[in-house]
Amino acid sequence: MSTTETTASGIGPVEGGSVYNVDNPAPLIEAPRKRTKKSPKSTRGNFEMAAWLFMRLSGVVLVVLVIGHLLIQLVLDGGVSKIGFAFVAGRWASPFWQVWDLLMLWLAMLHGANGLRTVINDYAEHAQTRLWLKGLLYTATVFTILLGTLVIFTFDPNIR
Amino acid sequence: MATPVLEKDDAAGRPEPGFADSPYITVTLRVRRFNPEVAAEATWEDFQLEIDPKERVLDALHKIKWDLDGTLTFRRSCAHGICGSDAMRINGKNRLACKTLIKDINPEKPITVEPIKGLTVLKDLVVDMEPFFQAYRDVMPFLITKDTNEPTRERLQSAEDRERFDDTTKCILCAACTSSCPVFWNDGQYFGPAAIVNAHRFIFDSRDEAGEQRLEILNDRDGVWRCRTTFNCTDACPRGIEVTKAIAEVKRALITRRF
Repeated sequence: MSTTETTASGIGPVEGGSVYNVDNPAPLIEAPRKRTKKSPKSTRGNFEMAAWLFMRLSGVVLVVLVIGHLLIQLVLDGGVSKIGFAFVAGRWASPFWQVWDLLMLWLAMLHGANGLRTVINDYAEHAQTRLWLKGLLYTATVFTILLGTLVIFTFDPNIR
Repeated sequence: MATPVLEKDDAAGRPEPGFADSPYITVTLRVRRFNPEVAAEATWEDFQLEIDPKERVLDALHKIKWDLDGTLTFRRSCAHGICGSDAMRINGKNRLACKTLIKDINPEKPITVEPIKGLTVLKDLVVDMEPFFQAYRDVMPFLITKDTNEPTRERLQSAEDRERFDDTTKCILCAACTSSCPVFWNDGQYFGPAAIVNAHRFIFDSRDEAGEQRLEILNDRDGVWRCRTTFNCTDACPRGIEVTKAIAEVKRALITRRF
């Protein structure tokens, strides 16, 4: 139904004849969203607090790591044009840059995954949707972290 | 009015609408109507009325209910901003109808009045408040002491200790904050700002001894950690409570308790 106009003397159209009656009852009002047997059990434990703290702490560390990374890769010493196989091989020869990249990989992936987890919790309405979206998210996160870690540790500069 | 006039008898002395010195203006109220016995969907309905812009939205709703359409349904009890019955979404913002003046919300355009969001609408502007009060009950909003004997003297408290939770004692449970919270809108499982504010009121009360239990309750998955600090609750609160700050203080108490 569209917007209805009622003048100062008018009576609202709602008061008019009802389309519903005893034989044709109106649809039931949806049950209030209160805690029922189906609603999730309350949790004991500090996972949510740990996740919340992790977001703040990793965020602070990531600011340093990511801005440093971007400066080195894109701005300083010739900018993006210098990046090549030799450049990467040269950096990863040093344990310092290995640790830097490893830390950045883990923190950024976990930070992003946790952020997306909260977004899914906030926006997905059905338990099934949540389950699948989170499953996809965790799979992608674990895969990327493991693959990245493997590359950093097994990188061979003499590969042909 | 330019010149001061004596207060005249109400009906006789009221200037006719349309006269130059009439304080009355024509306002359109666009009310979200829902009657489950008539239609499954809510619709907008416009009401035009002559009203003094210094009157409140609640007065306009009264005019509609009493003079134009008696089927309009809404809650109000004290009508003076204390009972917390008439929280509604006016021009897209949660407010108390009894504390919102017509002149403060641009009467040139139609004023939209909707029920508060996130709770089931029963009829027109009336929502089912049960999930809201369920969350309120869950945080145990009453004094708990380890000493089970009836006290023989008053529980004294210093002015500083009282000041600690003064802000959160102002809550009138109108649900304007909780129903403005986008996290609550989604699945209604989040405790919501109002419940956390009322937990805060006892957690930081020096006389209360169950702060630990309340913190444990709010450490839940649907507790304080679901707060996204959007500040909608602080904006919505008709009592001016710094709701987001109270939630942040509960978060901090949880963290400092653990580490």
